[in-house]
Amino acid sequence: MSTTTNVSRRNFLKTGAVLSSGLLISFTVPGAKKLGAATSMVGPQSGAAFAPNAYLHITADNEVLVYLAHAEMGQGIWTTLSMMIADELDVDVNKMTVQHGDAWKPYQHTAFGIQITGGSSTTWSEFDRYRKAGATARALLVQAAAQKFGVSPSECKTENGMVTAGDKSATYGELATAAGALPAPGEVPLKDPKDWKYIGKGVKRLDTPAKINGTAKFGMDMQFPGMLTAVVLHAPVFGAKVKTVDAAKAKSIPGVKQVVQIPGGVAVLADNYWAAKKGRAALKVDWDLGSGVKVDSAAMLAQYKQLAKTPGTPAGKEGNVDSAMSKAVKTVEAEYVFPYLAHAPMEPLNVTIQLKGNQCEIWTGTQMPGIDQEAAAKVLGLKPEQVRVNTVFLGGGFGRRATPASDFVKEAAEIIKASGKPLVKMVWSREDDVKGGFYRPMFLHKITAGLNAEGMPVAWKHTIVGQSIMEGTFFAGMIKDGIDGASVEGVVDSPYMGAIPDRLITLHSPKNEVPVLWWRSVGHTHTAMAMEGMIDELAQAAGKDQLAYRQELLKSHPRHLAALNLAAEKAGWGKPLPEGRFRGIAVHESFLSYVAQVAEISLNSDGTIKVHRVVSAIDCGLAVNPDGVKAQIESGINYGLSAALLGEISLEKGRVKQGNFNDYVVARMFDTPAEIEVYIVKSDGKMGGVGEPGVPPVAPAIANAYFNATGRRLRQLPFNKAVHSIEADMHIPHT
Amino acid sequence: MVKLKINQKEYSVDASPDMPLLWAIRDVVGLTGTKFGCGMAQCGACTVHLDGEAVRSCVTLVSRAVGKEIVTIEGLSANPDNYLQKAWIELDVPQCGYCQSGQIMSAAVLLKENPDPTDEDIDSAMSGNICRCGTYPRIRKAIHLAAKMQREGGSGK
Repeated sequence: MSTTTNVSRRNFLKTGAVLSSGLLISFTVPGAKKLGAATSMVGPQSGAAFAPNAYLHITADNEVLVYLAHAEMGQGIWTTLSMMIADELDVDVNKMTVQHGDAWKPYQHTAFGIQITGGSSTTWSEFDRYRKAGATARALLVQAAAQKFGVSPSECKTENGMVTAGDKSATYGELATAAGALPAPGEVPLKDPKDWKYIGKGVKRLDTPAKINGTAKFGMDMQFPGMLTAVVLHAPVFGAKVKTVDAAKAKSIPGVKQVVQIPGGVAVLADNYWAAKKGRAALKVDWDLGSGVKVDSAAMLAQYKQLAKTPGTPAGKEGNVDSAMSKAVKTVEAEYVFPYLAHAPMEPLNVTIQLKGNQCEIWTGTQMPGIDQEAAAKVLGLKPEQVRVNTVFLGGGFGRRATPASDFVKEAAEIIKASGKPLVKMVWSREDDVKGGFYRPMFLHKITAGLNAEGMPVAWKHTIVGQSIMEGTFFAGMIKDGIDGASVEGVVDSPYMGAIPDRLITLHSPKNEVPVLWWRSVGHTHTAMAMEGMIDELAQAAGKDQLAYRQELLKSHPRHLAALNLAAEKAGWGKPLPEGRFRGIAVHESFLSYVAQVAEISLNSDGTIKVHRVVSAIDCGLAVNPDGVKAQIESGINYGLSAALLGEISLEKGRVKQGNFNDYVVARMFDTPAEIEVYIVKSDGKMGGVGEPGVPPVAPAIANAYFNATGRRLRQLPFNKAVHSIEADMHIPHT
Repeated sequence: MVKLKINQKEYSVDASPDMPLLWAIRDVVGLTGTKFGCGMAQCGACTVHLDGEAVRSCVTLVSRAVGKEIVTIEGLSANPDNYLQKAWIELDVPQCGYCQSGQIMSAAVLLKENPDPTDEDIDSAMSGNICRCGTYPRIRKAIHLAAKMQREGGSGK
């Protein structure tokens, strides 16, 4: 480590104290301090003359280096975080060099306490930290310039990477060494929003050029001399254990170098993926299947339906629901069913791992590098700081690359440990990914609502059944009084509940062998459908317009209303549609943002649904990169539509029935709306996220449009399967 | 050893004849712009050009590619006047970006064969390319924009 860097390190420590104050804390992972907090990692080794903090370095060659505390997985933070620094630092955002930061304490989430990209939180959680990083650096550069020019700092101006005072000027690079020797300043004021050049106005994605010419490096693209590729034969059933292995035939495949047993299966190491895959196919393994062999998703659903008839653990209670229900003029009952779902990011999971003595280095696309660092260290008997995690571009995350169990990184560490090889890239096939678990859990919602004479809800009884995603992980401390908040979010905090005096929401969290995980928008993937489907059913029972009914119920929720009204207006709600076209509407808050959507559908000749247009409005507070916000909502709509119409993971005799995109069907271009319009509500409300909130309203908007088309309610996902059996068993008549 | 001509360059490749072209390109030659997504011609991330035709390299045996002109995203990018890439930048198409090499390789063949495609033509030609980020609306618009630039020989504006 150079002397310059040592000086910078001290600067960081001083500056860090300033940066960590006054941050919004909305939610903290219990015990986070003990997790992923390897403190003696070195951080970025840029050798830059000016390294005022962990997020920004400037070299004497005038290169501005940005280090991201979060991972770029498509959501656009590569650009957004750079914009925040560029605006305060007064540099051209397009001339910055952006890279992912290591697993390192300064990159821990400002609110969650671990290093994580998730919860649609990067922009709001870094808004202060990254702007302050830029502002602090600018102040030091100005100070250095003032000394150099012999003027006072107030006489200096900054623009486009230069400090000027009168006829004197210097680039940031020319000032870097002097600025690097200065002590950290105190609190530095941030710019007035009217002076922002980028924030709120927009910048084209900085990562596009590399992503369209083949140069962007994803985990899958890591290649080093002498590296072997490992493919793992995983257990056919969750929790199964290897009994015996016959690797003779596998070892005879040209290119296969080694076969090793690891806790989750058998790994074949070879010169390349193809040889490793052929080796895997030649393995003969006898398994002790264990209890997982009993898992059957159809039987599980039947069990969930039975469970839903009994009250679970109370998650929300007000008044006396039974008494209120008995006095209701009308009651409506419905049951909503959601299958398991795989995330299926385009890039199958993979990890490249190197072990030299007691030093380990990992290259992977991960949403939780600190957790993965700890997991690998534990497998290898190392200290976390002996494991360096390099985050590379993620070919999609959607939650799958934020696994508390660190399943894929742990597996790579087990392979390198068992093999004794120095450098291995573990690659999962698509089948490994689809069959590999960590699904959005299967869920069932049973709801009974009572209406008064005006048709408004006065009683609400709601039972939710589904596996907890927190249970058994280090997030388990967030389970309060038996309630995993991720199972009930979007119901217990629904804005509709405030208008319903008597209500009871309970939760059953059955356990089984299927590993489950958050999936883009987490609990809202099912709760939005249950709530917005049911509210639509109540509007129908009340004989009221679906928009007007929501407006009435949400009258004291201005941000919901603003999104709802904007989407309705832009979609032309109430105006005539071409023959055969029908609209449906939904609104839902998640991750601090408010999103309404109007879906316009028609029916195909086989009765399945074609979505032609989705109009969406979002209130996310300040939209830092407005076109990026729109891109995320478009993305959320298509991701949600994929699950609404097509997606399903099912299990029989413990085996996952789907394996690739031929049977785990995801939306292709022709499945998606020809028109997606996104409107941003002009808002000075608290900033929210955008990566996930576009997902939840899609399914109910489509289902509600289907009702307007057919008079029938879709209550089971995926819809294009449910439309065939809807009459048979899903239609519960209104009483 | 098989001889492959990739992006106008000859390579002697140590690959078994049953190895899919994808792995010869990625693991043996070392060009990683062509992506692995499914291994069974379902997702299109591995799309390359074989004598000007879009093929899924994950199911195309190396033996079939011998003696043919193979073009990958790296080869396509060597042309600085690539309208598709200009349109992709103009409309901020990529998100995670993993599928985009394959999307562009498929779109390039579409525009060569159909200089003025309709939405339906695009949906049909691009039906073999999955994008889990759902960038489809922008891909559709970018293909229209690139087609316009190609016809007009300019920025398409």
